[in-house]
Amino acid sequence: MNSATLKDDHQERRKKLSNLLLSKKKPMDRAFFGIVLGAAGYTLFLVALIVYAVGDGSTEIFSYEGLEFFTGTDWNAVYGREAFGALPYIIGTLVTAGIAMVIGVPVSIGIAVFLSEISPPRISTPLSFVIELLAAVPSIVYGLWALFVFRFWIVDLIEKPLYNAFGDWIPFFGKTPFGLDVFTAGIVLSIMIIPIISAISRELLKAVPDTQREAAYSLGATRWETLRIAVFPYVKSGLFGAAFLGLGRAVGETILVTMVIGNAVGVNAIPTSLFSQSQTLASVIANEFNEAASSLHLSALIGLGVVLLMLTMAINIGGMLLLSRMVKVSPGVRE
Amino acid sequence: MSRTLKGPEEELSPTLQVSKVSESVEIERPTEVKDIPPAKLSIRNLEAWFGTKRALKGINLDVRENSITAFIGPSGCGKTTLIRCLNRMHEMTPGASAKGQAILDGMDMYDAKVDPVTIKRRIGMVFQKPNPFPTMSIYDNVAAGLKLNGIKDKKLIDDIVRESLEGAVLWEEVKNELNKPGMGLSGGQQQRLCIARALAMQPEILLMDEPTSALDPIASSKIEELVHGMKKDLTVVIVTHNMQQAARVSDYTAFMYLGELIEYGDTKQIFENPRMELTERYISGKFG
Amino acid sequence: MEKIQQEKANLKYQLQNTMERKSSRKRKINKLVTILCIICVGLAIVPLGSILFEVIKNGVSALSVEFLTQRPGSMISGRGGIGPAIQGTLITVGIASIIAAPVGIFAGIYLAEFAGNGPLPHAVRFFNDVLTGLPSIVLGIVGYIVIVLVIGSFSVWAGSFALSIIMIPIVVRVTEESLKVVPNSIREAGYSLGIPKWKITLHITLKTAFSGVLTGIVIGISRIAGETAPLIMTILGTSLFFTGFDDPVDALPLRIWRLASQPYDSAHAQGWAAALILILIVLLFSVTLRLLAARKGFKVRVIRYSNV
Repeated sequence: MNSATLKDDHQERRKKLSNLLLSKKKPMDRAFFGIVLGAAGYTLFLVALIVYAVGDGSTEIFSYEGLEFFTGTDWNAVYGREAFGALPYIIGTLVTAGIAMVIGVPVSIGIAVFLSEISPPRISTPLSFVIELLAAVPSIVYGLWALFVFRFWIVDLIEKPLYNAFGDWIPFFGKTPFGLDVFTAGIVLSIMIIPIISAISRELLKAVPDTQREAAYSLGATRWETLRIAVFPYVKSGLFGAAFLGLGRAVGETILVTMVIGNAVGVNAIPTSLFSQSQTLASVIANEFNEAASSLHLSALIGLGVVLLMLTMAINIGGMLLLSRMVKVSPGVRE
Repeated sequence: MSRTLKGPEEELSPTLQVSKVSESVEIERPTEVKDIPPAKLSIRNLEAWFGTKRALKGINLDVRENSITAFIGPSGCGKTTLIRCLNRMHEMTPGASAKGQAILDGMDMYDAKVDPVTIKRRIGMVFQKPNPFPTMSIYDNVAAGLKLNGIKDKKLIDDIVRESLEGAVLWEEVKNELNKPGMGLSGGQQQRLCIARALAMQPEILLMDEPTSALDPIASSKIEELVHGMKKDLTVVIVTHNMQQAARVSDYTAFMYLGELIEYGDTKQIFENPRMELTERYISGKFG
Repeated sequence: MEKIQQEKANLKYQLQNTMERKSSRKRKINKLVTILCIICVGLAIVPLGSILFEVIKNGVSALSVEFLTQRPGSMISGRGGIGPAIQGTLITVGIASIIAAPVGIFAGIYLAEFAGNGPLPHAVRFFNDVLTGLPSIVLGIVGYIVIVLVIGSFSVWAGSFALSIIMIPIVVRVTEESLKVVPNSIREAGYSLGIPKWKITLHITLKTAFSGVLTGIVIGISRIAGETAPLIMTILGTSLFFTGFDDPVDALPLRIWRLASQPYDSAHAQGWAAALILILIVLLFSVTLRLLAARKGFKVRVIRYSNV
């Protein structure tokens, strides 16, 4: 074949292809955009649906109890003597989550510091894998372990010694401990929230530019001083944000708490000491939902869900705002 | 060559001010050429923006058929923006826009009725850094444009893949490993793979945006040879910041500065006998 | 003159002295902090070790083919198994992922490839994060109200719907992050060939980010496989095998919960064994994920989304 025919060949193929290629219409682009937009819209729809569903489900209780639902301390589903007050459970939720924070936050930050500042990668890589595993354990398994194993450690190693030493004269420790109480629930919750807080904290610490650290080291600062002067100020609001997200998790955790908190009802659920039985908003719902005696009772449980929803939303949005001030949403690698 | 000049608005020293050639409607045509080939692509009053910043100011220029046209100029002069306007790629950058005319065989590609997607099927593009599709084999990289545009004829695709790889002088090196990932090739081979990928679409024009800037000299010279051989089938537009390269490969050269077309003409004339003082200063390495 | 020099030397000596003393104190504090950090790590690892140890120790003895395939027997006898629970978990989680994976991927594509920075994508991102943080029990209530009350029965649908709400935001977020990591030059190469955007997105961009997207799905699945709370009021739990999508089913976490609340040792042993199976399933996913990540060299901030 000489070059002239080759060229003709080429021209012909080009024409053939052009016809094929140029005949294509593009309604699919629009359809595809419709699909992805629809999916994004569905996530918004879900939020609206959640708000609507719990709002609708709780109208009965709010019209029955009014604002006293938030302040009442009685919880009685017996027909004719119905009274539903969420206050004890709100307190129970805040107390257990508070205990979880007091223990979980410092430990998590300690882990983050160890992983990002102290240990060599040789250790920190497998170690962070192990911490991630902690996150992968389902909460029901934590619950099982807490109920049959850990609770006895707590009683023997912490609660009994504290009770024996202070129980007589400090009401805070004044209740014979047997392990199913706010203290145990708080501690197990703290273990559950450690992976999340430590993972975010570690990311934050990693994001601190090394120049910050070098500046401090060059002044002769020790590692601790470097952390204190150069690193922590840089990530302070982010660490708060991480703690908030952990708090949101602790407040909303259900099954684990249900298994170890002792499930006191009504006014008895207001903890009077560290070793009191109690209940959280979530655990009451889990315990009573399928045994609800009346539609009012069910509505009251959904009302607890409303309180829980508002509480966690407020906490999480707070945490997101604190974090977003720290970590700018990365626009990704463009070119 | 230093690449210090940043944007059109910066560092415009008074001595470099020239008469605003491109603002006149008079069309820049290659000068001192016998047998000027017909215009394949006519650019008329083309303007381009990034947001509110004007990156191209009224460009007028005719790209000649079956020839190689080089755009040269210092960094930030708009040569990349210009070439990206020639297949309507520029406006895909968020915030970027363009207006004016670019007439391809009598059809203005900036006409509202024209689908920018189909334009790109007629005008191929090769980028600064080799960018083969990471998940695809060598074969699939070349075939991607055809397959994803709905061509199913296996025999036709096979033929075109081979022809395109031959056209990109890559066939001999990869013919036994067509199923290996394209990312496994060397930088120069990857760039030739990208050229083959563009050739597979049987483009009428091939736009090359600094195709050798990420390659070593040997790989670069291979690409230059290849480009030189392509013009019998294609019209090539090449952006380069390497003046020697422009002088070696191109038939026509356009010199741009601060978003304007300063001078356009036969490559030999531009390099040996530039009409504009600014061109001469740039060619002789006094700035840029 | 001499006196001044004397004083200067004195001052310098004092300064050095204090710095020396301080620096020994500094070093002690530094050491203390390091030790405290190591203790923190220990505090996290001991429970994990203990959990794994106890689950294996107590669980293995109750494992048998019968246990894995049979229906639950009487609680006291310790006979019977968790067959329906395993089956129910697979079905419920399977349907939830069939709903959540496409929705999450497409919404992630919207955010990464189409949305830009307008108010709508902002709202989608924001509420997606809000969804991520919602307590799962509230989502169970939603499943109850929206589906159980409507079709009049505790059902697979309700459970899968509730679980899908947990999974969607995880997939959305990871998909968006993975797509954003794909270099823009890849998309441009596609555009330059005149390929329509939807095909570039599905066949080139998404394929390039595939291991990341898969990671998101795996995280989501292993997360919802362990959920208990939202199942209480949606699938209810039963001792029967699957009878239909409109009927109650069992699930491993629910079964563990029921077994643990029995006063019998044999039930507890079965609970541990069921927990072992659940952990194996979840770990299987996590390990697959790790391998995927290692093979593709893919790193997304996985943990952040697996937890929230």
